[in-house]
Formats: sequence, C-alpha cells, structure tokens
Amino acid sequence: MIKARADRFSMAHSSTQPAYSDEGELIARARAGDAAAFTQLVERYERRIYRLARHITQNDEDAEDVLQDSFLKAFQHLNDFQEQSRFYTWLVRIAVNESLMRLRKRKPGRFVSLDEEIDTGEETVAREIAVWDDNPEQRYSQQELRQILMQAVDSLSPIFRMVFILRDIDELSTEETARALNISVPAVKSRLLRARLELRDRLTRFFKRKADDVFAYM
Amino acid sequence: MSLLTCDQFLQELSDYLDEEVREDVRRELEKHMAECPNCWVMVDTTKKTLSIYKKLEPDPLPEPLKQRLMHAIQTKIKSPEGG
Repeated sequence: MIKARADRFSMAHSSTQPAYSDEGELIARARAGDAAAFTQLVERYERRIYRLARHITQNDEDAEDVLQDSFLKAFQHLNDFQEQSRFYTWLVRIAVNESLMRLRKRKPGRFVSLDEEIDTGEETVAREIAVWDDNPEQRYSQQELRQILMQAVDSLSPIFRMVFILRDIDELSTEETARALNISVPAVKSRLLRARLELRDRLTRFFKRKADDVFAYM
Repeated sequence: MSLLTCDQFLQELSDYLDEEVREDVRRELEKHMAECPNCWVMVDTTKKTLSIYKKLEPDPLPEPLKQRLMHAIQTKIKSPEGG
C-alpha cells in the first residue's frame, strides 16, 4: 500500500493529473493509495488551513509547522475520517489541535482554554454608532484593506477569534464550528456575537461615513 | 411600539443576521429596528462587516512554503510508516 502510494505520488505534479470535482471520490482514491488525489485535497485547502493556523498562532513559523503537520496527520489517519462530516471540518479540527499545541508550548500557563466559561458582557460595552458608506472597503487598496481586516481579527481574544474565523470567514456552520473547536453550540453563538460586535467597532473608525464625525453611543 | 430594549435586540443580532430566529421574533426585531436608528445602524454595519470579511480570499501560499509542504508529504508517503 505504502509503495503504491509512493509510486503514484510522483505523478502528482505531472500534467496527466486528473482533476476530480467530487470530494468523496478524491478521498476514496487517496485512501486507496492514490497520492495524486491526496495532493488535490491538499491544494484545495492549504491556503485556508494556513490562514487559520496563522490567525490562531499569530506566528509564521508555527503556522508553517501546523500546515505541514496537519496534512501529514490527515494523510496518516485518513481511514479514521468519518464520511458523515465534511472533510474540511475534520481537517480544521486537526489544524486547531495542532495550533493549540504550539500555543501551549510557546506560552505555557498563559493559554485560555477553549471550553472556559466566559462573560460575553454585551450589555456593559459602549458601542460607537456611526453610519458607514455603502461600499466602505472601496476607500482602500486591496493591500490596505487586507491589513485592516487582518489586524482587526488578530486583535480579538483567541476564543473569539477562532469562532469568527471558522464561522464567518471559512463559513462553517454553527454545528461544524462547535465540533471543530469541541465547544457547545450556545458557546459558539455567544462568542460569535461578541466577535462580530467587536470587529464592527474596530472597523467603524476606518469605514464610517466621512461626515459622521459626531456619533452617539449605545 | 416595540417592547424590546436595545440590549435585548443586541442579544438577538447574530441569530437575526444568520436568519436563525423564529418568525415572530424576526417581526419584533424589525419593528424595533424601524423605531430605533441606533439599532438600525448596528444591524447595517455588522452586516457590512460580515460581507467584507466573506469577500476576503486567502493569500496563495508562498512558493517556498508550498514546495516544503509537498516535499514533506512526499517524504511521508515514501516512508515505511507512511500511511
């Protein structure tokens, strides 16, 4: 089996590599030892897994290690993948665990547990109320916009950041996000609300309508 | 007149944006929004926040990183304990 996978892997970068649109077929082929199929799975998700790892670890070197180790683990444990969940959700769970492991190594004793009870305290936060332009992102170049958005996400606490990335950037469902992070659905919902409101607040100073310099507070 | 307070409205904001509220709750929220300019702004700007993030595509991997990743996978597949 291993030899067969290795032989086929050398074909993975050749021009004869078939492109499978159906993920179930790709997974079945990868399980049967088709390395080209596994490579296609990697290429399908490598950017999202790297972005996720980068947001959690906030460190390039750790994110690179997480990216590599996540796919290696996925390959090694491909037979453990249960078809009733999405492959990407399974992969995310591996990448989240790998990222958390690195965070714990880097900052022992400082890490906030994902299932910790938290006070989302919406009612205590003063919120800036200012109208935004219709397409406020058009004020900035793509590079500036990316920097603004990424800095805002990175400024969230890890427990809010991870829920926001999975739910609103990667567009996992609430249930998939709960499974990936091993927390309850109500915990996902309360953290998502907090994350969304905090990001909205942070972005208001970049996106509010120019004339709206006088604003109210809720 | 809406019976909701702004704090109660805010607690339902995420579920409202995700279209996960019951019909009667949705109607109550929209009634509140029609009467409360601040809550209308909260909905509009939170909606725009999500829309802007959803349009954000992940960057391609830097080529050296991609090569290291593919090399590591190739090595793993060829190793005796590969898979």
